[in-house]
Amino acid sequence: MAAVKKIGAYICKGCGLDDRLDCGQLETVATREGKASPCKSHDFLCSQAGVDMIAEDIKSEELTHVVIAACSRRAKTEAFNFETVAISRANLREGVIWVRPDTDEARETTQEMADDYVRMACAEAKFTTQPPGNTEDKTACRHLLVVGGGITGMTAALEAAKAGYAATIVEKSAQLGGVVGQLSKRIATTAPFTELPDNGVAAMAAEIAANDKITVHLNSTVTRTSGAPGRFAADISTESGSTVTENFGAIVQASGFKPYDMGQLSEFNPDNADVVDQMGLEALVKEANGGAIKRPSDGKEIRSVAFIQCAGQRSQKEGHLSYCSGHCCQTSIKQAMYFKQLDSDIDAVVMFTDLRTPGAGGENFYRAGQDSGVTFTKSVASEISAGDSGPKVKFDDLLLNENVEQEFDLVVLATGMVPNSGVDIEAEAAAPAEGEAADSDVVASVPVESILNLDYRQGADVPQLVHGFTDSHFICFPYETRRTGIYTAGPVRRPMDAVQAMDDAAGAAMKAIQAIENANLGRAAHPRSGDLSYPLFRKEGCTQCKRCTVECPFGAINEDEDRYPEFNEERCRRCGTCMGACPVRVISFDNYSIDTVGQALKAVDIPDEFDEKPRTLVLACENDAYPALDMAAMNRVEYSAFTRIIPVRCLGSVNTIWLTDALNSGYDGIILMGCKKGEEYQCHFVKGSEIAHIRMSKIDDTLQQLNLETERVEVYEIAITDVERAPKLINDMAETIEKIGMSPFKF
Amino acid sequence: MTEVVATNQTIVVVGGGISGMTAALEAAECGKQVILLEKNPALGGRVSQMYKYFPKMCHPTCGMEINLRRIKANSNIRVMTMAEVTNVSGDTGDYTLNVTVQPRYVNENCTACGACRDAVETEFDNEFNYGLNKRKGAYLTSNMAYPQRYVIDPRMIGTADADKAKAACKYDAVDLDMQAEDLEIKAGSIVWATGWRPFDAAKIQPYGYDRIANVITSVELERMMDPMGPTGGKILRPSDGKEAKDIAFIQCAGSRDRNYLKHCSRICCMASLKQTTYLREKYGDDGKATVYYIDIRAIDRFEDFYQKVQADDNVSFIKSKVASVTEDKATGNPVLNGNNLEQSGMGKDMRYANPHELVVLAVGMEPSVDFNALNVGLSVNEEGFIERDPGNGGMFAAGCAADALDVNRAVQSATASSLRAIQVVNQVAGAEG
Repeated sequence: MAAVKKIGAYICKGCGLDDRLDCGQLETVATREGKASPCKSHDFLCSQAGVDMIAEDIKSEELTHVVIAACSRRAKTEAFNFETVAISRANLREGVIWVRPDTDEARETTQEMADDYVRMACAEAKFTTQPPGNTEDKTACRHLLVVGGGITGMTAALEAAKAGYAATIVEKSAQLGGVVGQLSKRIATTAPFTELPDNGVAAMAAEIAANDKITVHLNSTVTRTSGAPGRFAADISTESGSTVTENFGAIVQASGFKPYDMGQLSEFNPDNADVVDQMGLEALVKEANGGAIKRPSDGKEIRSVAFIQCAGQRSQKEGHLSYCSGHCCQTSIKQAMYFKQLDSDIDAVVMFTDLRTPGAGGENFYRAGQDSGVTFTKSVASEISAGDSGPKVKFDDLLLNENVEQEFDLVVLATGMVPNSGVDIEAEAAAPAEGEAADSDVVASVPVESILNLDYRQGADVPQLVHGFTDSHFICFPYETRRTGIYTAGPVRRPMDAVQAMDDAAGAAMKAIQAIENANLGRAAHPRSGDLSYPLFRKEGCTQCKRCTVECPFGAINEDEDRYPEFNEERCRRCGTCMGACPVRVISFDNYSIDTVGQALKAVDIPDEFDEKPRTLVLACENDAYPALDMAAMNRVEYSAFTRIIPVRCLGSVNTIWLTDALNSGYDGIILMGCKKGEEYQCHFVKGSEIAHIRMSKIDDTLQQLNLETERVEVYEIAITDVERAPKLINDMAETIEKIGMSPFKF
Repeated sequence: MTEVVATNQTIVVVGGGISGMTAALEAAECGKQVILLEKNPALGGRVSQMYKYFPKMCHPTCGMEINLRRIKANSNIRVMTMAEVTNVSGDTGDYTLNVTVQPRYVNENCTACGACRDAVETEFDNEFNYGLNKRKGAYLTSNMAYPQRYVIDPRMIGTADADKAKAACKYDAVDLDMQAEDLEIKAGSIVWATGWRPFDAAKIQPYGYDRIANVITSVELERMMDPMGPTGGKILRPSDGKEAKDIAFIQCAGSRDRNYLKHCSRICCMASLKQTTYLREKYGDDGKATVYYIDIRAIDRFEDFYQKVQADDNVSFIKSKVASVTEDKATGNPVLNGNNLEQSGMGKDMRYANPHELVVLAVGMEPSVDFNALNVGLSVNEEGFIERDPGNGGMFAAGCAADALDVNRAVQSATASSLRAIQVVNQVAGAEG
């Protein structure tokens, strides 16, 4: 990295910029105020000739920074990608001429807008450094830790090994295979759908044993996990108490599920030996070993069997599972087929409300069940009691609209999946301290064993999304983890069947491998893919207030022995929430800091009070609000010429000093545009928008101290589709300012 | 001639919807060389035409923005649009794809300034909006179009309007002499992420999509809801342009039916449940939705969403396969005829003839490529989806090329396929030392 900063500025005259703006004036601003040298204009900057001109200058002038004054940073990104220099973009097209009318009277304020964006880009450049990335040797450990040896974990290990990565499976029980290992047969997924395949576990276990890239620890658990992607360290402890510590590059958590405890369903007579759950039936089928399936109470051959779907599931009753476990409809069809394939005269009835067999395979399997003579009846079972010849089921037939009682030799309850996700760290954080709840009527819950025993400040396991499942919060990104380098797969992530779990295992293994490769280069995972910066921390100024360690959405920051924050580089996703949180401003990034934004906003020319040209600062989330404003420009939706927009990584990165600085330098209004917060949050940095709302609620005090109206600062949730709303909110602020008057803080 | 650098360590991803983008990105972010082929002029696929995703009710373009930013930042990915695979030869680790690239008539000089669009007058049906409105003959497919480069409709070529487009461009970007190109691309592994298309509703004769104006499809409703879409975000009846507030949703329109699609398309139940919330969003208590269904397949934790919708008094559910839709000529209201199964009881007549202001057909998904006709050695099931089969060699299906999947599962599938493609090229790399 060159020690001397040298900024070149390049101004585009294309796309009508030269018609609408005085580009000579922009050059003067860049040169005189921005101290850019060289500073050149080009008729068509993104053309090969324009790009070559810049590339040539970077070489001959030894530029470290390049200011591109042209279109939005979202446009022509590949053309203006010069890897060795830091780049700042002044958005003159989407940010200025496309949102302003082409009229004589608008000309002056439009030019002022453009001048300011050039000043801001130059200021940003001055305080940015191109981050070097991971400059150390590429030492990231190309070895996956797979926690759980069911088919999800086994698949993850095998798939990773096929790609050339080593894997270690840690399995709590004495053998591989998990729940699927206890099944007689699996659901058929290919034509003709009547041939039920073996559970496949033995073959996989043999493949694992023969693979020298895979190590297996049975009767073992992970008792401590520390480190970061590329350099995790895990203590693997056996039942007998011996512990080994090994290094891993990334982790796949495939800790599976427990079947719901059918003992809780008292209405279904769970103590009756002839009422079993789906796993109970699998055991009976295995026991029968191809012969007649016999009922547990008296060993009588089963001639009639009922399957009650959604037992204790899809129900709001206390102790029930509110969700659907996804696999149980197909599992019951399979189990009914066990009987039908033995003897088509055996009566097999499936009682369901909605039969859920989606996709091509699912529907074919349902049809195969129907063809083999299984009876499907839309009904709700309400009670099981002991009948004369077997359990008696009371149910409402929803189609015939009548109450029926019928005895069967065996009843199978299709109960749900309960994920093995370890400690609910959020509930733990919210729980009252020990002693406080002593005399409340809250039932003390059984302590849950942690799966990963992370030594992270935020808790011992990965955060749960809902109902104990550790799924990602995002539709588009099922592996968007909140613990970088740790990916959950299989039914611990979301209810799913075996086939899906195996696909999921491959997906999670993919992300784990990617986390290792990212760690090697010091590169961020999405949404800031490829970002090579790390949080830089100036320890001398730190007051140990802990805000950064508490607010980091990714658990990247621990506390060291002296209670200072300890940054774990590759856990970081570069959102800047720590930077926004820090009251003494000792956290920054090479390419994003208190100064890159703070100096940009201060570079704006603030006309004095009597010019009647107010200034509104907009800090816009780069993922949603900024693109929405770009698209507004593409559709020529106009907004106030007094607006100056700065994209931020996340509203969570907004440090209140920026607002104080802006108010002190005479801005008349400030708008913060972030993502949706709350339960269905849209922020890919989890709580950024929410934290910003909380921080800004305190800005009112500052405003009052300055004797300013509270309406001057607004925080909004903006979606990427708010193409018309976002400009409207800007114009609303302009109106507000007109009403309440200019800020007195103009110098 | 377009230069394409590819080797037998290159991964080619066919299809640039969310599955293809994901497969390409996951591999590229592992350092692999990837070529992403897309048939249309821009990436994004079906999801970019959706208003919101279930169950979070978030906007697909949000995730698309992130994926596009990933693509722009990654020099390992080469995106080729208007490109279609015509043949594949070779074997695992050593494939050759024949690819035809249709002319865009606009080269990479394009700055997306829009001067050509402003210059031309001819309009065509807007396929992005399923023909619900028109677009110019020089156009960007959408606000999110990537590459952000205009297209000249081939039907413009040879017209005076096309010359106007050329004259308007200051950057020499309009090239009306551009020709289709046939390319050969090497690859070690191929990911098929060719996605789905909505089942042709006109084929379901009894539902009258082709003759009753106020019968529309679920995908059309998505476009109507887009504030920047063909109706400015309003649900308008095609017959009279009035806002529709009483809407019926017919489930399994074309799905789970031996006459049309045998399979369950998985997404349609959740899509209709989602769309019932659009009514609440638009009209509050004044909107009324009725869902005609066989089974509501709100699988796994989607169940929460179903329960939320069930709790809405303005949404009702009728268990019934609708027999036919007729039209009340006086009002333009479609009338649904059928038999309510749930309360029928023994011998009771529960036939209904229910008028609604608008009918939305929850149309099914079918694979958008006929892999049997393409004949490149893929194992294909009866429904036309690619089967998981070792015989497919180094070719893998991602997303809805593999099965009818929702977005989340499609992305999951694409991520898994990306790993399988990496396995192949890593083995090639290992063998070559």
